[in-house]
Parts: sequence; C-alpha cells; structure tokens
Amino acid sequence: MPVIMILYYIISAYIAGMLIWNFIKEKKSVNDMLLYLLVVIPLILRILRVK
Amino acid sequence: MSRVWIIKSILLLIIIALMTVAGAQLYKHRHFKMPVVAGPGVTKVAKLSDYTQGLKGTVADTNVFYLEGKEAGGKIFIMANTHSNEPAAILTALIFVENAVVDKGTLIIIPEFNNSAGRNTRPGDGYPLYYEIPTDWGSKKFRMGNRDASPLDQWPDPDVYVHYPDKQLLSFLDVRNTNRTWPGRPDGPLMERVTYGAMQIMWEEKIDIAVDIHGAETMFPVTNCIVAPEKSMRIATMTSLTVKARERFDNHVEPSPSGFRGLSHREIGDYSGTMPFLLEAPLPFLDQPTGPKTVNLLLDGKDPFLLSLSKKKKLFVPYDEAGWPMEKRVGQHCSVILEIIRQFSRKFPDKAITLQNVPRYADVVQNGVGHYYHNPDKADKADVHLN
Repeated sequence: MPVIMILYYIISAYIAGMLIWNFIKEKKSVNDMLLYLLVVIPLILRILRVK
Repeated sequence: MSRVWIIKSILLLIIIALMTVAGAQLYKHRHFKMPVVAGPGVTKVAKLSDYTQGLKGTVADTNVFYLEGKEAGGKIFIMANTHSNEPAAILTALIFVENAVVDKGTLIIIPEFNNSAGRNTRPGDGYPLYYEIPTDWGSKKFRMGNRDASPLDQWPDPDVYVHYPDKQLLSFLDVRNTNRTWPGRPDGPLMERVTYGAMQIMWEEKIDIAVDIHGAETMFPVTNCIVAPEKSMRIATMTSLTVKARERFDNHVEPSPSGFRGLSHREIGDYSGTMPFLLEAPLPFLDQPTGPKTVNLLLDGKDPFLLSLSKKKKLFVPYDEAGWPMEKRVGQHCSVILEIIRQFSRKFPDKAITLQNVPRYADVVQNGVGHYYHNPDKADKADVHLN
C-alpha cells in the first residue's frame, strides 16, 4: 500500500474519531447528532474497506 | 438511560438500518455476475491479466473471447463497456460472442473492458442498478455501470491526472476513465494497467483493426459517428457512405484530434500498427436535461424534454416521438463493425476477415436485441462464462 494511501486512512480514522466524539458529547441539538452520524458513514466504510 | 441517550440510540439504529439496506443493494450489484454464453465460434477464453501481470487478482481483470477462423487472415479486436454506462456496447459485443462464426481471420472481444466501472454506479444521478433485455426465453439481466472505475478499486484520485507518457493535464476523474488512460503502463494506476493490457494484445497478436464501442448524448456533437485517426480515415469514410446508401442510417465520420491525449482512437493508432475506430451511437439517457434516469429511458430513449429540444433544433441527431430505441443503437453498431471488416478486407485482401451469423441493422431492429442471446440455463456449463 503506497504511503499516500496510508495517510488517507489515518486522516479518515482521525476525522471519524472526531465525529464520533462530537456525537457522544452533543447534548442538545438532534440535528447535529444526525449530521455527525451521516457524515461518518463514508469514513467508516472506507476505514473498514467495505467493497 | 437519559432522554439524550435514548434519542442518540434511536438515531444510531436508523442510520445503521439505512446503511445496511442501501449497502446490501450496492454490495449485491457489485458482486452480481452476468452469464455470457460462448457461441459456436468461440475457440478460446482468456483473461486480460494473461497479457499483463499487473491485473492478476484485481477486479479490473476481465474475460477475453477469441473467435479464430480455420483460415489465417486479418485480426480485429472489439472492446465494449469502456464506459459501462453506455450499454449498447456490451449488448453488441455479446451478439458477436454468442453468434459469430469466423471463417477467415481472428476476432477478439472484451465485452466488459472496464470491469470495475461495470460494478460502479452513479447514485447522485439516480442511475438504475440493473436493466433487463427481453429474449425469446425470458429476460437477460445486466448490471448498469458507470463511466469511471469505482473509487473502491482505484483510490485516491490525484488533483490533476497527468497523462502518461504525454504529460498532458487532464481532469482528476479521468485517472479512472479507460478512454483517457491509453496507452497505459504496466505499473501505473489500475486503469492504466487495463489499457496497457489491451495494448499488449495489439502488439502480441498483431491486431489490424481495433473497435471501441460507445454511446454519446444527443446534445453532444460527437455522436452517431465513427471517430477515426488519419490512418483509419479512408475505411471509416467508406463505411459511413456504405451504411448510409445500403442500410439507410446516418453515421458520420469525426476526425480524432491529435492534441487530445489518452483516447483509444488516438493512442492505439499512434503506439501500434493497429487501425483504431471508436463508434458512437446516440444515448438519450446520458443527456442532462431529461426526466428521471429510468430503465425505460435507457432502453427506448424516449424523453419529452429532448423532444422539445429537438423541435428547437438543439440536438445533433434526428429525434421524434419514437425516441432512440436500443435496437437501433445496437443494430447500427453491428452493421458498422461488419462494414469496417468488409472495407478492410477489400483494401487488404491478403488479410481478409470473413465471418457469418452476425445480424445487421434491419435484423436487430426487426427481431430485437434479446433474440440473439442464448439461455445460459440450457447451455453447456463449459460454455457459460461469468463476467
């Protein structure tokens, strides 16, 4: 796997982690909770390499 | 459990359910295998990776069908589904694979040239995942693909695609477009390896004619035509004039631009002794100002918005209430390929190619495309190849 690919996976994992953390911390806005979950979907699929 | 966590749990369950349902559909589409029945003329089935190691074990590897005549002659190589959202290509290629019998020369066919794109889709445009062609024994189901290879197979995209070897700057998306990655290289991005494998076929098999089958928008000027570089121009022109005179359909000739790199009709000719031809048939489904992208639009090409534009003379092809049905598009491709072969054989009699059992335009329009496909359930299992 080329270095650029590894970097992309690290970035994906980092952003996915931040989104999940924000989802857990969110206490008020249901809209934001939903948005965090929607945005994290492609990142999780990419990290898990689901084809 | 607090109220917030109940809401979060419900949202999480909804998202997981949506992801599972949608994901399962896309997973099934990607792994759907279409049976191809090798006809009486098929003498050998190989893999594109037999010509280049870089494709071994990848989803881009694809079947290569050989139809060899008893007598030596010229060689023609047909590629379909370079763009997998232009289905008249694979439908034409399968008519040749399942029916053609070559008497003299060799016919090599790749029905699913960009195998990764054939397992991709364009959800933003609401593409259907499948379409079915009615046959004499039921219906044959095909995957509807996309123009470009799936990012699951070739990722990440560059900011700009630097074409090899000309270094021309192309759109980032074209790194996954097998009609921009010619002539390719053995160790490049996956799609460059696909086109390199095809170039290996040109070089090793000493191919005389290469035909790349496509479809194009009715609002795009390069439609309903044969695109040919200088070396193929005479045969393309004779073909265009002959089908117009004998079979009564238009298929004009467009010159291949020498400054636009990466296209099959340019690079195949420049990097080998092969004469390339790229065939375009009108494909209303690809036009932007249409109604929903349904299977009906794909198959019959009928759309009220295009009809209105046609009345304002905004289209590059004749268009009326009859639309542009699949039978016409596939019939045109069959006749144009047969005519290219005939013109080539007249010009180079020592390399003549003769074949039979392939229908012409009028036959396909009258009988329908599916009439020429065989039932895989009734065929000898050894003749059924999954793609």
